[in-house]
Amino acid sequence: MAQLTMIEALRDAMDVMLARDPKVVIFGEDVGYFGGVFRCTSGLQKKYGEERVFDTPINESAIVGLGIGMAAQGMKPCVEIQFADYVYPAYDQITQEAARIRHRSNEQFSCPIVIRMPTGGGIFGGQTHSQSPEALFTHVAGLKVVLPCTPHDAKGLLISAMEDPDPVIFLEPKRLYNGPFNGDHKAPAQSWKNHALGEVPEGHYSIPIGKARVHREGAAVTILTYGTMVFVAEAAVNSLGIDAEIIDLRSLLPLDLEAIEESVRKTGRCVVLHEATKTSGLAGEIIAIVQEACFYHLEAPVQRVTGWDAPYPHALEWDYFPGQERVSRALKAVMEA
Amino acid sequence: MTSHCKLSFAHPPARPGQTPDFSSVEIPKAGLLPVLPLDVTAADCVEHANSLIRVMDENGEAVGPWAEFLTRFDVDTLRAGLRDMMMSRTIDMRMMNAQRQGKMSFYIQGVGEEAIACGFQRCLKAGDMNFPTYRQQGLLIAGGYPLEMLLGQFYSNAFDPLQGRQLPTLHSARDYGYFTVSGNLGTQYVHAVGWAMANALTQKDNISIGWIGDGSTASNDFHTALLSASSYSPPVILNVVNNQWAISTYTGVAKGRGRTYAARALGYGIPAIRVDGNDYLAVLAVSEWATRRVRADHGPVLIEWYTYRVGAHSSSDDPSAYRPRDEGKAWPFGDPIDRLKKHLIHIGEWSEQRHVQAEAEVLSTVVEVQKRVEAAGTMIDPKPIPGATIFKGVYAEMPEHIRRQRQELGV
Repeated sequence: MAQLTMIEALRDAMDVMLARDPKVVIFGEDVGYFGGVFRCTSGLQKKYGEERVFDTPINESAIVGLGIGMAAQGMKPCVEIQFADYVYPAYDQITQEAARIRHRSNEQFSCPIVIRMPTGGGIFGGQTHSQSPEALFTHVAGLKVVLPCTPHDAKGLLISAMEDPDPVIFLEPKRLYNGPFNGDHKAPAQSWKNHALGEVPEGHYSIPIGKARVHREGAAVTILTYGTMVFVAEAAVNSLGIDAEIIDLRSLLPLDLEAIEESVRKTGRCVVLHEATKTSGLAGEIIAIVQEACFYHLEAPVQRVTGWDAPYPHALEWDYFPGQERVSRALKAVMEA
Repeated sequence: MTSHCKLSFAHPPARPGQTPDFSSVEIPKAGLLPVLPLDVTAADCVEHANSLIRVMDENGEAVGPWAEFLTRFDVDTLRAGLRDMMMSRTIDMRMMNAQRQGKMSFYIQGVGEEAIACGFQRCLKAGDMNFPTYRQQGLLIAGGYPLEMLLGQFYSNAFDPLQGRQLPTLHSARDYGYFTVSGNLGTQYVHAVGWAMANALTQKDNISIGWIGDGSTASNDFHTALLSASSYSPPVILNVVNNQWAISTYTGVAKGRGRTYAARALGYGIPAIRVDGNDYLAVLAVSEWATRRVRADHGPVLIEWYTYRVGAHSSSDDPSAYRPRDEGKAWPFGDPIDRLKKHLIHIGEWSEQRHVQAEAEVLSTVVEVQKRVEAAGTMIDPKPIPGATIFKGVYAEMPEHIRRQRQELGV
């Protein structure tokens, strides 16, 4: 099986879908001739032509607004927002239009658009290239929100998103584009090219939206997380030698309620991790779900480790990023309680 | 000596208690402006973007070169147009009353602006898609939309195709070329451009039409749509209905230092023309020209329809608090129904007697439909729609968390 980076896997998904479905179009800033600042669409315009893959002006509300019009007419636009940090001009279009068109028209119209965007920190991007805005989308009924952490999942989930009848926010953890990252920024960079999760099948395959993935099976504690934090959690678990179950949620809306509830009922302990800021973050919602469904199975208060409630800093990135040390502390607290 | 810079604030010519004053409104004679070639460029329509195309003169006669676009329309079509406008106005009057009686939550009328939507619709064909605001109900009325569905939407009862999901007047009628109206202003202008791009990319022989009010031209969406239409040149008509008032805000606030809204398009390289929106014949002629242009792949066009919002913004608005009570009567371009009636009488195809008769027929049609629709439930006498409609259609397939919430509500 081919070893691909996440960037190559995403490109492969778009390549497969452009070839299979003439209604697929791809556009965004720099995505056409150049192939995107992260190269995710490299070569696609050359292969499929300008009517299928094209550049847009720097106007996110145009990128999404045009996509909504196209999707409502029956096309399958997959648009790129260059960084999740730039999505806000399109927030009105996403929340008030894309998310509601099916419901408010009593299904006369629908909006099958995919909005891709790189998310998260770890690349010295400062406050405008590091944000994790997933909770701003998981709060919106009518959207689906997906965040894969491996090349295999990235391709399978992007194909699912592009085949989905409803709007999908597709967040790509940019620190994982080229390889897994365990939070130790001083360690040599790893590559997906020699990693088991970098194995990506050829051609069409899909991974259902709404299903979590068990990244590591275990019985002592459940770690609920997604994106870059999956690998940070894995490293912390390995160094502590705990029999933790790491669940990669990967679909943030809808969440895989059954997987969450089943695992926490089994282990009786739970830690939730994400890079995004703490207050009103997704961890709060997940912990509420755990509390509602698993309270009488819990042996300890549920812990969460998140980014601080401050703008993402530039120079002090590694004091901000919720690394192995903080994750280990939370794991110890939940195990010792 | 010190000096400081002063800001400018736009003010309407008259406020409550003052005499309406439209003396600064330029009123070009009907028939003066030449017809533009279908492939006109922005540079060649500066005059048309700054003046006003008018076809009907003060005697009710169709004059000037734009009248040649009327040859496609026989006199029956004109009489049907008159009836469309009368129907639109009658429905507005009846529904405003029903709202005052507490039978519906809210209503938005379009009195004074009927010619624009009613006339424009006559130039569309099956498969074309409008992205209307709440004030373009005339598109549905002129498009033959069943009145039971139109009124049912206001009452959110079993006749409502949207099953009570939307505020009254925020229709959705895909089969009648009427995109689901969001109620957020401006956002849908760019959808019209995207839809038109999709038409071009999938080789569909149809156009789309964006609608926006003068107030909402201030939104980023207006500029987003114009830029996108300019960048990709899809088959789209961008309509601006300039009715002078954005709720209570005078149009001059949105217009700023610009002379006309039409002229804004020229900076984007999009041809634009400005039309007397109370002149049904001018509406027909320019709509016919614009649809021909866009269908022939000459690229987008923007039309500013110059009119006056005679009614309140909505049933929640009280215009007597911000403008002279009789300002609408002083509008120098008259009333669209009166003017088309005058034209038809002038050419010997209508009479006062027939008009009175037609008014009675329209009223009895509306009253009859209203009775039937109200029997299916009003806010005074509600007949509940299924609670499951809250949850249905949020997604194509109901996810587990919504299924649980539906179960919790017990529907």
